[in-house]
Amino acid sequence: MEIKAKVIDEEGLVRTITRLAHEILEKNKGSQNLVLIGMRTRGEFIATRIHEKIKEIDSSNPNLGILDVTLYRDDFRTRLKQPQVSVTDITFDVNDKEIILIDDVLYTGRTVRAALDALMDLGRPNTIQLCVLVDRGHREMPIKADFVGKNIPTSINEEVKVKLKEIDGEDAVYLVDCSKV
Amino acid sequence: MPFILSIVQRFKNERRNMSLTSRHLLGLQGVPKEDIQLILDTATTFREVLERPIKKVPTLQGKTIVNLFYENSTRTRISFELAQKRLSADTINFSTSTSSAKKGETFKDTVRNIEAMKVDMIVVRHESAGVPQYLTRISKANILNAGDGLHEHPTQGLLDMYSIREKTGSLEGLKVCIVGDVGHSRVALSNIFGLNSMGAKVSVCGPLTMIPVGIEKLGVKIYTDINKAIAENDVLNVLRIQLERKAGQVIPSTREYHNYYGITAERIEKNNKNILILHPGPINRGVEITSEVADGPYQVILDQVTNGVAVRMAVLYLLGTMH
Repeated sequence: MEIKAKVIDEEGLVRTITRLAHEILEKNKGSQNLVLIGMRTRGEFIATRIHEKIKEIDSSNPNLGILDVTLYRDDFRTRLKQPQVSVTDITFDVNDKEIILIDDVLYTGRTVRAALDALMDLGRPNTIQLCVLVDRGHREMPIKADFVGKNIPTSINEEVKVKLKEIDGEDAVYLVDCSKV
Repeated sequence: MPFILSIVQRFKNERRNMSLTSRHLLGLQGVPKEDIQLILDTATTFREVLERPIKKVPTLQGKTIVNLFYENSTRTRISFELAQKRLSADTINFSTSTSSAKKGETFKDTVRNIEAMKVDMIVVRHESAGVPQYLTRISKANILNAGDGLHEHPTQGLLDMYSIREKTGSLEGLKVCIVGDVGHSRVALSNIFGLNSMGAKVSVCGPLTMIPVGIEKLGVKIYTDINKAIAENDVLNVLRIQLERKAGQVIPSTREYHNYYGITAERIEKNNKNILILHPGPINRGVEITSEVADGPYQVILDQVTNGVAVRMAVLYLLGTMH
């Protein structure tokens, strides 16, 4: 693994989060009925930051939840390692809400597919909108993000690593080459 | 600070890819602490699923599970079946009273035939100890022990530990006393093995006719005075007096047993008001425990039943998605 470039730095991340928060509020005409749901693990922290920003801009406090999609994955039979499941923490009603589903990287779209199934089991939201920090392409499902922090065209041998202070000790997004070990 | 965080993260990453060390759950004897921890942590996830409006996840879709029950059961059987259905597995129930075992088919033939119908997992309860172990030799499926003779009942042990941990936060150093008919109890053995590996201090309490000789070799303390046991422990796991297993031969009468060892509100009030009471069910009210205690503020008996489904889902998930 070799780091090819630092695509977003700490300051850049703050600006991106701020823009995403504004875009979400713009498109939904405020935060009425809005619900933010972060996907474990890193989506959770991005959601928390966007949530903070929305509180700042709009002086409102939309509900914030965490979704774990492990139980809905489609790769149990093909993956070598067993993923550990953790708890979904959505204590509020999602019926008729405008859900902003938040994740760090959008890649094949399979995780989002799983998340949609998981959300449907919790109720019937009015809309589900997808917000990602990075879209790296290579979709395997007909899924498109509504809010994108940054589009990073990648080759299949590359990987996008999102680092967040809460768990990695720094704020940055790296483009990594996986073909060189 | 970042340094510490990175260690935490590395630890998290290692946990994330952990799976159980065995592809069967035959008992808790010799099961490593990490495995028990993983099952209990995973059960927390399923506890949340059970609170949802739609209590079902698609995780074990396409897996077939047979519940092979050679002995009567209400709780364990319903609990396993619910757990399987909530994970979207296909389940088949087998009980001796309605099967060809009545026509004289051997156990081995029955299992071979069921397996020929392509099943992935077998949950087995049998009156003979060692049947689940034997199954691992004649079947390729994952085997889960739902109680074998006087040997073990691992999922009960796990759900007891989960229920205790839910109330106390940790099992390390906790003093747990198993009260009653230890000699006839597979629940007791699974509790002793499991709690020991989790670092709890386990003891047993009952008339000596009910305490197996040599049990102290498993690292447990023996009480014969129930008042002392209540006073010195954090948790009591009260076992059922198993009259169907001839418990009547080791005590003069259930009434006398109740007088000396019954868990009453008075004994709790007098000795230790902070104690937590567990009972694996079914309860003999007025024998090992009074109704006042069984329905009172110290107990988590019905929580145990709810947790049982979550714990069994965790075990089925961890075994069913293993490679």
